[in-house]
Amino acid sequence: MTDAELTRLIAHELQKVAPEADPASLSPDQPIREAVDIDSFDFLRVLIALSEATGVEIPEADYGKLTTLKEMVHYFRAHLTVR
Amino acid sequence: MPDFLMPSLGADMAAGTLVAWRVAPGQVVARGDIVAEVETEKGLIDIECFEPGTVEALHVAPGAKVQVGARMATIRSEGGAAPKASPPLPSPVTQTLTAGPDTGRRVRVSPAARARAQALGIDLAGIAGSGPSGAIELADIDRLAAVASPAAAGTVVAPDEGLAPIRRAIAAAMSRSKREIPHYYLQSRIDMNAALAWLRRENEQRSITDRILPAVVLLRATARALRDVPVLNGYWIDGQHRPVEEIHLGFAIALRGGGLVAPALHDVDRKSCDALMAELRDLIPRARAGRLRSSEMTDATATVTSMGDGGAESVLGVIYPPQVALVGFGRILDQPWAERGAVVVRPVIAASLAADHRATDGHLGARFLDALNRHLQTPEQP
Repeated sequence: MTDAELTRLIAHELQKVAPEADPASLSPDQPIREAVDIDSFDFLRVLIALSEATGVEIPEADYGKLTTLKEMVHYFRAHLTVR
Repeated sequence: MPDFLMPSLGADMAAGTLVAWRVAPGQVVARGDIVAEVETEKGLIDIECFEPGTVEALHVAPGAKVQVGARMATIRSEGGAAPKASPPLPSPVTQTLTAGPDTGRRVRVSPAARARAQALGIDLAGIAGSGPSGAIELADIDRLAAVASPAAAGTVVAPDEGLAPIRRAIAAAMSRSKREIPHYYLQSRIDMNAALAWLRRENEQRSITDRILPAVVLLRATARALRDVPVLNGYWIDGQHRPVEEIHLGFAIALRGGGLVAPALHDVDRKSCDALMAELRDLIPRARAGRLRSSEMTDATATVTSMGDGGAESVLGVIYPPQVALVGFGRILDQPWAERGAVVVRPVIAASLAADHRATDGHLGARFLDALNRHLQTPEQP
């Protein structure tokens, strides 16, 4: 998966929980939860969907490494490569 | 008469619009079966049958606006008794205003009266007016509205048509709460170290799809504390305090675009964290999509509002009538905490109780917060 594909996937999953938000306008370093105003429940839904789509298992201890778009892309790229 | 009536799906509901029937005449229905879909200010609700029986007739066509308490269908129960759509809850509109027996008689109404009645959600069926030949006039509507609204000493404020339906519903319920319920508030800071450590250990063994959120631990501890102090679990109806045994917790869910709903999670004190998390995974998306069941709208015996990790430090809530207590949780924050003469840093939550002073006093409320603290220190107990 390329960075662009990962970005599109993340935007797609964010759109599902926040239909009125515009994930395309997210800047890479913006805290995602603030930017699209989602709670811990919807954030968990997004992570579950991303985990299922990429096959990357995300331990709870890593949630803190997934707060911005840039961090998410890095995280999944790194773990996809390891696999 | 085995009448199936439009249920009151909350303290704030006056009427609902039938969208579709999910049963047909001749059909046998069981308790909990979905009978109809009704559009309310809080979204599309699946109306469940409260008792088993056989559908004899449907009296309302899809598209019709039906007052709370008005007849929708005839469902003959096995014993011949009238099945109810839901447990009785006080309705903001008194029974006398809702449809009486459907006589088929044409009601004469002045245009101004009809417009006012529509704005106030008053059903004109079975009402005798003071005009010529019993015609209903504007003054009749104002008189009826004054009886219907508990607020009405004189003036009646029609709901603002410009408001979103969900805001109208919240405005009605919260105004009623603050008008009728003398709230008292208590708050305690609770050390969440033990609860979060337990949760971390539990979640390490789970894949991401099965992980538990802190809200589940808070809900479970609240239910156990209510079991210890049962007078906070139940209702204040018709000047009487009515505690109940079952613990069904309304859980406040913020809706995207504003507003909130607090559907009930049933028998929270008897369920595991995994079971409760599974229910939340089902309930929260349905609440946000506006697709709840009538039992979820009516069964809550107390309400929990949790700010979550993005919210404010503490919350003092407004009780949802006719309940007598609301438990609030702020966000969990690392804070200085004194223990055995030393100051340490601990994850701390501000837990609050808003309770109805007609039903209970602060001494009892404090016992509840103590019990809540105790249960949050022992989250592993089954």
